[in-house]
Amino acid sequence: MPEWMSPALLMVAGALFIAFTRGHLRTLFVLGTPLLTLWAIWQVPDGVVATVGFLDYTIEPVEGSPVRRLFATIFALMAFAGGLYAFRQAKWYELSAAFVYASGAIGVSFAGDLITLFLFWELMALFSTVIVWCGGTPAARAAGIRYAIMHLLGGVILKVGIEGVVIHTGSIDVQPMLATNFDTWMILIGILINAAAPPVSAWLADSYPESSPTGSVFLSAFTTKTAVLALILLFPGEPVLVSVGLFMIMYGIIMALLENDIRRILAYSIVNQVGFMVCAVGIGTQMALNGAASHAFAHILYKALLFMSAGAVIYRTGLHRCTDLGGLFRTMPITAICGIIGALAISGFPLTSGFTTKTMISQAAADESLMFVYFMLAAASAGVFLHAGIKFPWFVFFQKDSGLRPKDAPWNMSVSMVLVSALCILLGVFPNLLYDLLPYPVEYVPYTAGKVLFYLQLLLFSGLAFFLLLPLMKRTETISLDWDWIWRVVLFRSASAIYSGAAKLGTALTANVSKGLEALRGKAETVFGSKLGRDGTFARAWSIGTTALWIAVLLTGYVLFYFI
Amino acid sequence: MNNDTNDNHWLTRPETIKKLWWAFSIVLALTVLAQAFIYVKGYFAVDGWFGFGAVFGFLSCLAMVVFAKLLGYVLKRGEDYYASGDDNA
Repeated sequence: MPEWMSPALLMVAGALFIAFTRGHLRTLFVLGTPLLTLWAIWQVPDGVVATVGFLDYTIEPVEGSPVRRLFATIFALMAFAGGLYAFRQAKWYELSAAFVYASGAIGVSFAGDLITLFLFWELMALFSTVIVWCGGTPAARAAGIRYAIMHLLGGVILKVGIEGVVIHTGSIDVQPMLATNFDTWMILIGILINAAAPPVSAWLADSYPESSPTGSVFLSAFTTKTAVLALILLFPGEPVLVSVGLFMIMYGIIMALLENDIRRILAYSIVNQVGFMVCAVGIGTQMALNGAASHAFAHILYKALLFMSAGAVIYRTGLHRCTDLGGLFRTMPITAICGIIGALAISGFPLTSGFTTKTMISQAAADESLMFVYFMLAAASAGVFLHAGIKFPWFVFFQKDSGLRPKDAPWNMSVSMVLVSALCILLGVFPNLLYDLLPYPVEYVPYTAGKVLFYLQLLLFSGLAFFLLLPLMKRTETISLDWDWIWRVVLFRSASAIYSGAAKLGTALTANVSKGLEALRGKAETVFGSKLGRDGTFARAWSIGTTALWIAVLLTGYVLFYFI
Repeated sequence: MNNDTNDNHWLTRPETIKKLWWAFSIVLALTVLAQAFIYVKGYFAVDGWFGFGAVFGFLSCLAMVVFAKLLGYVLKRGEDYYASGDDNA
């Protein structure tokens, strides 16, 4: 492979082959491309690998570093797991789009300059929109359009920031900066839009649940985590991220508690989990950045696992509301067990990947003596168990008996779920497998008796709270207003009001003006009488001779006056 | 919880659920009592107190559930709320 070629391009090629082949050959490309990409990712050495001249800029399409390889690795792994999960059920165009989407994420991971980063960023926006549309319903189409508008807007803001930085600093390198001026704020806002930070967080819970059962697995993995990587590379230690992250954490929990749609619960918990990472990037110490990177890695796995579990249920039952589901553990044991493993991992139970990575972020807060942050993170850990850890499996697989007896997930979905479950536990039991890949040396010991006991108390008593407070959490057949209410209702109605107001004004003006003109015409007719009209003086046709004579007279007059 | 006569899965029988509650209660008690033997490092003094994790976990969940419940009165709408509004769907 040529040096300047980003491993992302392998995925693009794979996507093309998927589009043009069928049968076993396509399966081969679906499963083989991510593995080949994974190999290519690990061939990328540290530092800028190659440069390409473009206009006056030096483009660095491939720059390696441990954290970049780490994110690219999990993106490629996810493309593999998602491909395995989806290849027999998803349409070819969904698979193909998912692979280009993944290639965008991998491309951003290795982007050494802001221009490359932007290009791959937009590639993700385009093809993730296609995946939302693959939901195939009118609701998915509408949600996809809203999703595209939000991401294209985010792209424009990011581009404005990049242009500003390039003009004012002359450097297009991806390097740490702080939000100190207009340019850097624009970049930060552009990235935070993709991270689903408030007040635009609603795009995530609006669009992901409308995609197909397989599509949401891909969607859950790439966009927000690429934003986390961009934050790690560009804004480590940016103080505003701490509060943004804490808000996201609490917002995700509260909104998920209100939800009835099973995938919307999981979508809100993405915002919650990304909040942990954003907060960690804001803290900005080596421990915190290690925590953010490792948590992103672990999170992609267990969140995909949860979406796989939910996807299998939706695929088999066609139902997606807590109020319609329940009791599925009887006939869908594999899906249920894998879902529970994902739920335990996201809650950060000891022996799961969530524990070995999330506690690192808490430790970083404690090391920096950020008491408020530390206690908020602890409360949030309890809240995660509440809204995702128990709520999701309880309402889907237990709760009441809904009378549904669907078959368990198809074999390829099951294999993929078991594989990802195994990874979640593997990283929980042998955290060093992941710690060795982190950007900074790890001096953190996750398993001390005291820490395990503290988190067991925290989590198990949250469990107690859940079952005691169940009457308060009775699911209702409702949706909850989110930030998108501002643009879907307030802005829409204001725009409609302005539009209809303008239309009325226009009609009124037209009526008045034409009335005025009519009156004027009437007056003119009375004054000039017979001179107006078809046969009147003003409309009379003159012969050419007369006209020529008049012109001659006028010219003569002109010449005479000129000499006088 | 379950009136379906065909359904006698052992996990849904009332006696099993009772046993599960007992087991859960014992585990809860053990996790608190274990702190008498295991030192929990407190980074900010209070978090090292006896049973702090248990109380903090329970109370934060209570606060979040109650807050969500109250917020729900403001934010919850019928499922066709948007469908009747701006969506063409």
